Amino acid sequence: MRLLRPRPAPPAPTAPGDTVAEAAGLHVRLGERQVLGGVSVTVRAGEVLALVGPNGAGKSTLLGALAADLPATGGVVRVHGRPADEWTAPELALRRAVLPQATDLSFPFTVEEVVRMGRAPHAASPDEDDLAVAGAMAATEVSGFAGRPFSALSGGERARVALARVLAQRAPLLLLDEPTAALDLRHQELVLRVCRERARAGDAVVVVLHDLGLAAAYAHRVAILHRGRVAADGTPAEVFSEELLSEVYDQPVDVLSHPRTGAVLVTPRRNL
Amino acid sequence: MTVLERPAPAAAPEAPPRTRRTTAWLLTAGMAAALLVLVPVAAGTGAYPVPVGDVLASVQRRIGLGGAELDRVTESVLWNVRFPRIVLALLVGASLGCAGALMQGVFGNPLAEPSTIGVSLGAAVGAVASISLGLTFLGTWTLPATAFVSGLGTVLLVYAMSRSGGRTEVVTLILMGIAVNAFAGALVGLFIFLADTAAVNQIAFWQLGSLAQATWPKVMAVLPCAAVGLAVAPLYARRLDLLALGDRPARHLGVDVERMRVALILVVALLTAAAVSVSGVIGFVGLVVPHLLRMAAGPGHRFLVPGSALGGAVVLLGADLAARTVAAPAELPLGVLTALLGSPFFFWLLRRTRRRQGGWA
Repeated sequence: MRLLRPRPAPPAPTAPGDTVAEAAGLHVRLGERQVLGGVSVTVRAGEVLALVGPNGAGKSTLLGALAADLPATGGVVRVHGRPADEWTAPELALRRAVLPQATDLSFPFTVEEVVRMGRAPHAASPDEDDLAVAGAMAATEVSGFAGRPFSALSGGERARVALARVLAQRAPLLLLDEPTAALDLRHQELVLRVCRERARAGDAVVVVLHDLGLAAAYAHRVAILHRGRVAADGTPAEVFSEELLSEVYDQPVDVLSHPRTGAVLVTPRRNL
Repeated sequence: MTVLERPAPAAAPEAPPRTRRTTAWLLTAGMAAALLVLVPVAAGTGAYPVPVGDVLASVQRRIGLGGAELDRVTESVLWNVRFPRIVLALLVGASLGCAGALMQGVFGNPLAEPSTIGVSLGAAVGAVASISLGLTFLGTWTLPATAFVSGLGTVLLVYAMSRSGGRTEVVTLILMGIAVNAFAGALVGLFIFLADTAAVNQIAFWQLGSLAQATWPKVMAVLPCAAVGLAVAPLYARRLDLLALGDRPARHLGVDVERMRVALILVVALLTAAAVSVSGVIGFVGLVVPHLLRMAAGPGHRFLVPGSALGGAVVLLGADLAARTVAAPAELPLGVLTALLGSPFFFWLLRRTRRRQGGWA
């Protein structure tokens, strides 16, 4: 009954460095398992925050809690200064956009229709919608197959369309769960460049990554999760140390600096 | 990080959404035209034929636009027999078509149908019970009322039992529907066992689905339910589109998924239980109509929900016309006819879905 309810108010503008979302002493339990045990992270406007860590460390759970999908069993999650569970769904939709790990569609909508779904939270204004949809599709390079049914796309194409939908939502907080998992080298770079652009435009971006090289290159800040806790939180240069990564991943790694650019490189130590 | 070569700028996007919209308008116009033709033809056809011109003249006179008065028998056939039946066919067809489209959207499953969640057979239990036990506490409205109450009760039971932690899993809901259908089937059998011979005949005829006993009071019994359901359903069209992404992404886009699901399940229960209570079990209209429209005009619910109501009305009016003319002077049960035509379609759909998924998981 959207007609009968007033439109939710849009979020107040944020300045770079403002806290857009935060978890404080967050505990989350999924079934019997304590997945997060006292996690505190701060997400700031104008910043790309990468969540890294081994499988099962709690990255997606933390992202889900920041998205207000999962209730906290202890501690608190605040989005735009208010506890996440105090927002209504329409209010949250104007404040954060979420890219899930996989996107499935139960009916054969076309690519453009899927991207346009990202505009649903906004009051109808066709021009702005068209602009946002076209911009998002161009940024993710999916304009070429705008008319094809989503179900006919390859995994990598689907992932980019799903990202385009999230970008079209134009929320000041982006929560992306492994946006690069299904992508080739070129599109991995493309997606993270888009993240940087959104951060430069003043948005806050939280991205779950498995590729530590990508995290080192594109994230302003990295939080390393280990067994439901934050093992380290800081700039890539601060937190990517050989001892810490080797211990967290239970796999010896080398942290090098790129011979030409000086960028941080992370590579597993291999005895072949 | 070198990006070797940028591909040529992407070609101008194709625009099937536009053509889909055109298709939707064409389909709407086509279905409306079919109704305009079918209604006078259905009113004129039968054991007592009335020329279409006379039908139109009589309607004109009734709404005060000139026309001519026909002889008393013709007037009576038209206004006491044919028109209530036509109006009932339109209402029941629209309700079933719309309910099917909503159901498929809510479950995110093109195979879902009102009968999957047990409303149809649940309604049957109430109706059969009232016939078998000879209940008459509401006069002629007893049967519709008991059918409606038991149908609604059934769907609420299914829904309540398949919820856990404030959520509903689609698979659980459908499995619950199967279990409830089995139980309701057993109850129907039990009431048939308890009934006397006359009641058994009545129950059997009702179970096959028919509009033969259409009267204005029956029309009035369905009208409020159907009208409320058909008016509320399109309000949810855009949010149903978002639900195709899944529960969580829909919530991320601002949809209060749980609340919407409850509201839509109530609407579906209202539409189907009301339809079933006056016409018996008429299957497959809710499955076939939304499917054909989705194939032609795409899955967007802003067309699909009202379009399925219109399409359902056309299909059921046409089917009822066929049911009472192909074997004249005998009358084929309407539910038998729709099942006869609808189930092969269902088989084809099952095969296609299975092929797409590479087998059932």
